[in-house]
Amino acid sequence: MRAFTGERAARRGPMLVGGALLLLLAAPLYLGSYWTSTLILVFFYAYTGQCWNILGGYAGQVSLGHAAFLGIGAYTSTALFMFAGLTPWLGMLAGGVLAALLGLCIGFVSFRFHIRGAYFILITLAFAEIFHLLALHLESLGGAQGLFVPFTGASWAKMQFKGNTNYYYVALALLVVITLVARALERSKLGLYLVAIREDEDASRALGVNTMRCKLAATAISAFFTALAGAFYSNYFFYIHPDEVLDVELSVDILLRPIVGGAGTLFGPIVGSFILTPLAELSRAYFSKEGLIGTHLIIYGLLLIAVVLFFPRGVAPYLARLVAGKRTS
Amino acid sequence: MTLYVQAILNGILVGGVYGLVAIGLSLIFGVMKIINFAHGEMLVLAMYLSFFLFTLLGIDPYMSLFVCAVAAFILGYGVQRFLVNRILHVPEEMQVLLMLGVALVLQNATLVAWGPNFRAAQTRYSLSTVWLGPLVMDVPRLVAFVLALALALLLYLFLRRTELGTTIRAAADNRDGAVLIGLDVRRIYAFSFGLGAACVGAAGSIILPFLPMSPYSALSFTLTSFIVVILGGMGSFLGVLVGGLFVGVAENLGAVVLTSSSKYIFSYALLILVMVLRPQGIFRGRSG
Repeated sequence: MRAFTGERAARRGPMLVGGALLLLLAAPLYLGSYWTSTLILVFFYAYTGQCWNILGGYAGQVSLGHAAFLGIGAYTSTALFMFAGLTPWLGMLAGGVLAALLGLCIGFVSFRFHIRGAYFILITLAFAEIFHLLALHLESLGGAQGLFVPFTGASWAKMQFKGNTNYYYVALALLVVITLVARALERSKLGLYLVAIREDEDASRALGVNTMRCKLAATAISAFFTALAGAFYSNYFFYIHPDEVLDVELSVDILLRPIVGGAGTLFGPIVGSFILTPLAELSRAYFSKEGLIGTHLIIYGLLLIAVVLFFPRGVAPYLARLVAGKRTS
Repeated sequence: MTLYVQAILNGILVGGVYGLVAIGLSLIFGVMKIINFAHGEMLVLAMYLSFFLFTLLGIDPYMSLFVCAVAAFILGYGVQRFLVNRILHVPEEMQVLLMLGVALVLQNATLVAWGPNFRAAQTRYSLSTVWLGPLVMDVPRLVAFVLALALALLLYLFLRRTELGTTIRAAADNRDGAVLIGLDVRRIYAFSFGLGAACVGAAGSIILPFLPMSPYSALSFTLTSFIVVILGGMGSFLGVLVGGLFVGVAENLGAVVLTSSSKYIFSYALLILVMVLRPQGIFRGRSG
């Protein structure tokens, strides 16, 4: 783990995480509905950011097409639920598998032809836009009307709830799971290979790392978990539309948190989401009341510029240093 | 049959403008190795400028071409001078993210200022046509084609024949060498970005009489120029021009065969195909 080094941090880190988790577990009890739903979005974007981080952060393959994976998850689980009555919990996994397969295809095409860096950004964007346009024209999946998920009574089996407390716990559970996955990955051989690929792909290949297989694995894992968020999205909002779940804007939303927080660090996406999501929600609510749609995206743009110029490694490393209590140097 | 020939003709006409826009992108990439993700946004911004000069002051788009080129030059110069010059040594993904930030700011500033609706400039000649046997040519498209090629030629001569053009090419070929012989590379970079942006600025004016615009058109313009540049080969002048014609024809033929909505799917598929098969462009030999 790069973010938390040093002995004191090793002791403080887990205590802090545990304390924060306890606070968050009890949060719906003392927070009102508004803040609970804000936190749900914080978890949602932290989760998707962590999924992105596996491919874009650790492996260094920056994707601008993660909306495709999320959208596939949303559409698969929703369609299976509406047309076959399958519980979203299984539909979620089905969407995840489909997204992982798609990820393998995109990854294979890209990596086989040595598409890296800026070109990888472009090709993932192009793939995602194709799915966006396809969904807009597929009448059987609602086309440009989108799909309304029918509410059939609150039940855990259908992942449909009244109020947002249960959604809160589902989102929190998802975030905990993906963080554990990322942590396990970080300590695994695969994780080390991925970091090696990010730092110098040619050198790691020369040293015998099967870069193709490692990058494909990262893509599949990242895509699979991103799709789960899509299923959650459709069950939380009861409505999916290609311009919402398959749009470039969502891909930007997904990558922004880990970039701001710190790509390739375990807590980067979470820190990024806690900073950005409330900010985005507030500005969206405030400016759309003024009739100024798009203002929050100006803020996103300025943030991206500022982060690249001043914090190219994100803000999490700075916070980690604070936590570690390093006042020397 | 006429339908197809007509589509090819329209494609060639609009392809000339694609070429000019993509030459701007290619120049920026060729000199600085920066991918200008905000290229389409700059084009749309230039279109709005030209639009307002036309509707508010009555200045014809073909006249305001120079104003738009200068305005775009200043914007591009500023982007390079104040942003990109600071991050010349970071990984290229980070550079792209910076340009993505610039694109977000420009696009949404347009959106906030003028709303999401499409606007079109109705000039006297917007709807006039010339018949060529059974084929019909829109006058604005024809003018756009001629102007775009003329400007491209002008830029070519500038890069080849003037001292400043030579320094730009020197900095593109060998950055360290250029520094060694005492060139102010950062200023050359800013100037080159400005020049690349000026191409888009002029193109914005040129296409205004026949193309409606909205802040949301930017992304497809950006991607189209990527397709053209990747097809033609990054940094290859002639290749990019021919690439523009090719993409124009392919899109218009595609629109005849496919419905116009799936035309964009076709474009993206083309982008992927081009990246996979010929990342070095159609006019370069197979290497590496």
